[in-house]
Amino acid sequence: MSSIVSVSNLTKVFSTKDGDFEALKGIDLDVEEGDIYGIIGMSGAGKSTLVRCFNFLERPTGGHVVVEGRDLAELSDKELREQRSRIGMIFQNFNLLMQKNVMDNVCFPLTTRGVKKSEARKRAKELLKTVGLEDKAKSYPAQLSGGQKQRVAIARALATNPRILLCDEATSALDPQTTASILELLKRINKEMGITIIVITHQMSVVREICNRVAIIESGRLVENGTVERVFTHPKSRAARKLIIGGVEELDSPDANRIIEELHEEKKIRIVFSENSSYEPVISNMIMTIGSPVNILRADTKSVNGTAKGEMILGLPSSVEAQDRIIDYLKEHNLEVEEVTGDVE
Amino acid sequence: MWSSTVIEMIEKGILESLYMTLFSTLFAYVIGLPWGVALVVFNQNGLKPNKVAYRVLDALANIMRSIPFLILLILLIPVTIFVVGTSIGTTATIVPLTVAAAPMIARMVESSIQEVDSGVIEAAQSMGASNWQIILHVLLVEARVSLIAGATISIGTILGYSAMAGIVGGGGLGDIAIRYGYYRYQKDIMIVTVVLLVLLVQLFQFVGNVTAVKLDKRRR
Repeated sequence: MSSIVSVSNLTKVFSTKDGDFEALKGIDLDVEEGDIYGIIGMSGAGKSTLVRCFNFLERPTGGHVVVEGRDLAELSDKELREQRSRIGMIFQNFNLLMQKNVMDNVCFPLTTRGVKKSEARKRAKELLKTVGLEDKAKSYPAQLSGGQKQRVAIARALATNPRILLCDEATSALDPQTTASILELLKRINKEMGITIIVITHQMSVVREICNRVAIIESGRLVENGTVERVFTHPKSRAARKLIIGGVEELDSPDANRIIEELHEEKKIRIVFSENSSYEPVISNMIMTIGSPVNILRADTKSVNGTAKGEMILGLPSSVEAQDRIIDYLKEHNLEVEEVTGDVE
Repeated sequence: MWSSTVIEMIEKGILESLYMTLFSTLFAYVIGLPWGVALVVFNQNGLKPNKVAYRVLDALANIMRSIPFLILLILLIPVTIFVVGTSIGTTATIVPLTVAAAPMIARMVESSIQEVDSGVIEAAQSMGASNWQIILHVLLVEARVSLIAGATISIGTILGYSAMAGIVGGGGLGDIAIRYGYYRYQKDIMIVTVVLLVLLVQLFQFVGNVTAVKLDKRRR
């Protein structure tokens, strides 16, 4: 497997009236062919700027972006446009041409590349079938729902047979059900057409649902990356723990805040169940064996790449000896255990 | 009073007014449309930022728009003679009308095109479209409803200017209104011509509105 997108020491500085603003501070990142690569971070972290550097919609101030073996900075305008047509992109607000119907929207990238109208229409029909909108060819975007608009945008992005699809917060404006169906479609596109997908999002659930690799961006820096499974089970950075334990959406609710406040008060551990251990009553066995109560502060099951992962945060008794015994017991039973420090907020 | 000669004169006046207005609008768009597009494209947030070109076009539009039409009419007499061969008459009036309308149209076009969602432009760029393709297939198409609304306003304004041209013997309904109403105190003829001018503006506005609504695909 080779890197299809390779970014090294990427920096981007915006000059504003109030001085320079460093949006990206030296990012290194490799996306392998066939990946669904998640780039996650809070709003303002720089992830949208980063993804725009992948097709030079935003020209980086420093560093290199190599796509399919070509350094984008070395391409002429014409070569760059040609390269861009091999990188599809979809957006949060869909960005469809409002005055053109669905068919003409999907044909647009083809006709601008000089493809004959009849051929473009044929290809567009196939694509509309792929995204399940063959009956909407003559509708205008204003007549479609958000999910349908994003499907049209996906069809349009795939028209030129790109090898890479960039998704900039593609599901952020959609309801959970529609989000799920769009993610399903992206997964299918990745599997069936072998298109590498790069997903920019602030929703951990999106990454969990479809990505195999993830990079976490905070204040213009890449703070952690790796397989989704690894980052999910053993988050190293503060930003990763925040995203995983809270989940940004959930963090906003007062309930979650209260729980996290409680978490600050006592010694607590986070355990992750793999598939097998979910069937065993580990916690109750542990309590009976050790004879000391634990406080279950939070428990959840999440699907990571199709495998069920249980996650639990336990508040431990204050006795250090009991704490050690509990941790040893859990480790013996092949659970992943780590101490949760106060900085989850 | 309402002899056949007067009616014939008014009929001729309507045709002359239409002739001046439509041709001036046409020529003014030939200049003003690319001018307005250039203002957007060369803007610092535009497709191809160019400070010098933007400043020149911007200043020119401001200067030309601030010259009163009557003054422009007189200032341009040598130009008009060069282009048309005479400075008097309906055809000669088209020159100052075009020059007066072009910068106004450039500003209208500029503001219409600026309304186009920057996300759509970004999407077109991400698909590998060139700047020319974006101008022709994205900017002008997405802004067309606003452009037509602007054209409707322009045509009404140009019709109003053309009436002023009557002062220098330009012909048309305005000319009749000034000659009969002002110089000969025949108020009834003046009123008729003014009513006809109002009706013409109404007609243009109506046609413009219907076209704009028909072309707008943004509504369900």
